[in-house]
Amino acid sequence: MRKYVLKKILFAIPILIGITIIDYLFMSYAGNPLQMIHGPKVSQAAVHAKEIEYGLNKPFYIQYLVWLNQILHGNFGYSYKSFQPVSDLIASHVGPTLLLMGSALFISIALSIPVAIYSATHQYSKGDYTIVTASFVGTSIPSFFSALVVIYLFTVKLGWLPSSGMSTLGENTQFGDVFRHLLLPVIVLVAATMGSNVRYIRSAMLEILQKDYLLNARAKGIGRFLVINKHALKNALIPIITVIGMQIPLLFGGTVIIEQIFSWPGLGLLTMTAVLNNDYPVIMGVCLLTAVVVLITNLLTDILYAAVDPTITFK
Amino acid sequence: MEALIQKKSQKRTHTFVFWKHKLAFASVILLIIFVVTALFGNMISPYAPNTITGSFSAPPSVQHWLGTDQIGRDVLSRLIYGIKISLLVGVSVTVISSIIGIVIGLVAGFFGGKIDAALMGLTDMVMSFPYILLVLVAAAIFKPGLLSIILILGFVDWPGIARLVRGSVLSLRETNFIKADQLAGLPKTYILFSEILPNAIAPILIYATSVMAYSILDEAALSFLGMGIQPPTASLGNMLNGAENLTILTERLWLWLPPGIVIILLVLAINFIGDALRDSFDPNNHYK
Repeated sequence: MRKYVLKKILFAIPILIGITIIDYLFMSYAGNPLQMIHGPKVSQAAVHAKEIEYGLNKPFYIQYLVWLNQILHGNFGYSYKSFQPVSDLIASHVGPTLLLMGSALFISIALSIPVAIYSATHQYSKGDYTIVTASFVGTSIPSFFSALVVIYLFTVKLGWLPSSGMSTLGENTQFGDVFRHLLLPVIVLVAATMGSNVRYIRSAMLEILQKDYLLNARAKGIGRFLVINKHALKNALIPIITVIGMQIPLLFGGTVIIEQIFSWPGLGLLTMTAVLNNDYPVIMGVCLLTAVVVLITNLLTDILYAAVDPTITFK
Repeated sequence: MEALIQKKSQKRTHTFVFWKHKLAFASVILLIIFVVTALFGNMISPYAPNTITGSFSAPPSVQHWLGTDQIGRDVLSRLIYGIKISLLVGVSVTVISSIIGIVIGLVAGFFGGKIDAALMGLTDMVMSFPYILLVLVAAAIFKPGLLSIILILGFVDWPGIARLVRGSVLSLRETNFIKADQLAGLPKTYILFSEILPNAIAPILIYATSVMAYSILDEAALSFLGMGIQPPTASLGNMLNGAENLTILTERLWLWLPPGIVIILLVLAINFIGDALRDSFDPNNHYK
């Protein structure tokens, strides 16, 4: 087990390095950040001096190695725009994103499981048909459009919920206030992710329901409730873990759009601003963080598979 | 009693399949309408998409069925042009990513060993890169526009297909007819493209429909963020862009509701067709 985990981690390292190289290559083709900072009026000499200060006159691979060395020492560099350390920027923006993502993921999975079980156990019924069709509709609605619709309905027409930021300006941050601000973006993210979750868990459930051990469980006469919730659901854990594993990277990206629309002060908003300003160190920092999260998620998914399924052996 | 249950269950199954195929049938018709609209857009649309034809932000009227936008262009004409762009992006991205994915998957699965490990490492790398971030960064670097959107999405969307193809190749490689081909000394490229590929085409086709649906959604999202198709060129995504403005959102519904609804219908039609394809290629499982 330990050997397996170690091997997986060793496997992830070249992938991570590859990601940083691709990332860095992209950045360096993006254009000169100094012109973005200082504008066209500054003299060439001043720009040149800055170039030396930031090390931008050195060849690409040296710049990359310098940057990598800094990362290994925990230094993510400074934003070209605000001159704050990138690690500080990320630290102050990661909380809201985790709150948004975590709530959306939790609610989406918690709702998907019972809906999918109902759909699978009532296969071909009207309810099943409605759920499957609705799940297709859910995956076909672009999240930015549903965001606009909920803002129109709940903020503009009904005036029930705020649609911008994480708390009301000028007031102390209170739980209830944050909760109200959280509702709309979470609704949009849950609607966007539930469709594929339900379909995935449903099809896994259908497969399990046909297995012999379920026939055996039914034959024992322990009742429908126990058959489904004890024997079937336990075996559906693997697809559920898979779904969570797949959702995390998607959500990490998907929140960019949602945070932009709802002005949610998280990593997505930070990234969008950084991309618009060619703020390389910030973009690189966020990309690296996200890649690490994705790789860790994959690793955890593999380990969790083994934890819930004793038949999986590690090689 | 047993027979009765059987019959009831059968009837249910038939109703279900019938409904699903009815949906798929409706989707095909809808898609044909969209394609025809896109192909003959110039003839159908009442105005040119980029010319100013009326007063600013006029509500729907007889002259302008869906009203006019902030600078007086006809919304219906822009919508028709947007459908064309969306379909163009969807089809091109699907073709590009399918070709890349098929070649990488075939090579990785057939040759195995180090080549397989290297190619799958690359696939994992592209997959673990935060998708939207990669696209955003790429869109920021290359001048945003139709061609760069197609290329960016095409070069990001292939890993799923590559994995799928590799899986099919791995199982097909063990079948007797491929072994016979190898014994007969047929060239590797022939075995790959003329013997293995045709047998792996069904899952690719199904997966490709979802790539098409996703790429249309992604183009819309990017254009909505201002990193995709650039104005004045109309796209369904950038037509929604203005709706972040509160006045437009609340008082000019004709500007943002129609493009949103068209995106949903387009993507939904493609998804339903893909689902029906899955059913028809997989006769053992009626619906999964």
